[in-house]
Amino acid sequence: MLALDVLLDDLSVRAVLIVVIKVLVIFLVGLVGTMLMVWFERKVIAFMQNRVGPNKAGPKGLLQTLADGIKLFFKEDLVPHQSDRFVFKLAPYLAFVPAFLVWSVIPLGGDFSNGKDGTVRILGRATKLQLADPPVGVLLLLALSSIAVYGIMLAGWSSGSKYPLLGSVRASAQMVSYEAALGLSLATVVLIAGTLSTSGIVAGQTSFTRWHVVATGVLPFIIFLVAATAELNRPPFDLVEAEQELVGGFNTEYSSIRFALFFLAEFMNTITMSGVIVTLFFGGPQPLPIAGAENVLSFLGPLSGTVWMLLKVLVFLYVYVWFRATLPRLRYDQLMNLGWKLMIPLALAWFMLLASFRVGRDEGWNRWVILSACLAVIGLGAWLLQRAGRMSTRNREREGAMF
Amino acid sequence: MELFVFIVAGAMVLGGAAGVVLRSHPVHAALSLVLTLFGVAVLFVAQEANFLAAVQVIVYAGAIVVLFLFVIMLLGVDKADDLQVEPFKIQRPAAVAVGAGLLSMLALAILVARDARTPSVTPSTAVAAALDGSHDSNVRAIARDVFSDHVLAFELTSVLLVIAVVATVMLARKPRKGDTA
Repeated sequence: MLALDVLLDDLSVRAVLIVVIKVLVIFLVGLVGTMLMVWFERKVIAFMQNRVGPNKAGPKGLLQTLADGIKLFFKEDLVPHQSDRFVFKLAPYLAFVPAFLVWSVIPLGGDFSNGKDGTVRILGRATKLQLADPPVGVLLLLALSSIAVYGIMLAGWSSGSKYPLLGSVRASAQMVSYEAALGLSLATVVLIAGTLSTSGIVAGQTSFTRWHVVATGVLPFIIFLVAATAELNRPPFDLVEAEQELVGGFNTEYSSIRFALFFLAEFMNTITMSGVIVTLFFGGPQPLPIAGAENVLSFLGPLSGTVWMLLKVLVFLYVYVWFRATLPRLRYDQLMNLGWKLMIPLALAWFMLLASFRVGRDEGWNRWVILSACLAVIGLGAWLLQRAGRMSTRNREREGAMF
Repeated sequence: MELFVFIVAGAMVLGGAAGVVLRSHPVHAALSLVLTLFGVAVLFVAQEANFLAAVQVIVYAGAIVVLFLFVIMLLGVDKADDLQVEPFKIQRPAAVAVGAGLLSMLALAILVARDARTPSVTPSTAVAAALDGSHDSNVRAIARDVFSDHVLAFELTSVLLVIAVVATVMLARKPRKGDTA
């Protein structure tokens, strides 16, 4: 009934053991990975800013995060007097749990070559290197990213303090706004892949032209990357914790282990989102689509998919750090303009274009006719949007607004 | 197993529903609503309606209740209401009457359905397709139902939503100087 893993339909000891092992591995690798990510970010950003970065604890400062974590554990755990105690204590977990749960639907490895469906054999049983492969895997990603808003929103509200409240109101407005663009660009991937299951999406990306970044025409990937950065509240969209304006944002009143949980969730989410991007657009655990690439790591056997996945995720982690080191923070109105007036219409237009080409191919219509019809509709929409924007600017100027 | 899931999810739904009604604090009430919505999502999964479960979480828990909370926080009504004060005198008796009516209607429906030996509703082709067990059957069945049999109702619903949005914008707009209305 509750098909956690389609290949494990009986409840034998071995099947349960496999699931337990998967959960433990994902949990441990997730925690250690987050620890290393914090170190990686600090090192890379130090390198980009001509600094040394953490270098005292452990070789090359590798244990710095561990030291910080232990320090946070021993700090006093404060609960502000004005706070809503129950929600205040609940919020860190609401932020932390969705970050972890996303990992359960991302294919972390496996053999997808030559049309195989990514199964490997563990303990004499065929299983996927993925905790759960529900038929609606992609929607689960969206659901969890929309649940993640609660942690931040409630943390800011329950603190009973002004700056955290402002931070969390900003955060939730930003996350809700960009979720639309995120979902629309994800819809193009689903349209091309023809399935909602994450392993199905990976299995379809067998060659370079079938990688969804190419097959959907690059634009959805760019929109997804920007929207994901906004969902993560990472620079240049980190207005949530704009130190100059809001002290520390939604987590100002948090201390000790609760603060550590927020910190952990934030970096965890960065890794998760990179994993999602790789899964959706760059073939997940598939080897690079260059001739001979599939043999480079073949000596690793069933683990080669995992290593490919790891390498691709690392690229995106680097990109996120790079964003942070390079791009200045957007102003709040710029952020909302970008989200509502550019990203969402663009994602919608592109989705319409791809969908009409898909229908046209099935029905055998002339593709030039489709293209010109779509361009006409998009042009009309853009014109109307521009008119509406100009009108509202004029109205606001008349009322004497600042911007 | 199925019974166990049903009991746990049912407890979530009922506990959440009771919370929505009984908690005097608006934010706590909204959070109880989230609990209820999650319970319903779990029940959907137990019925193999995976797509509905995911959409339930995305739309209701992820968007609508977030908006509720957003409004509660922005308008600053996030303090406990005094339940002794009653804004409309007729409100409580009317709520009791409607609630009792709904309860008896549901009880009656369950009783009638239990007595009926054969299902009175014949499953449509879409439902039959959903039960064939292939991987994306859920989505396919819903898509076929919504975009073929019920396409008119579906489109009308979207029109209704657009009208609601436009109306909200009109109501929220401050009248400019020189506007008569």
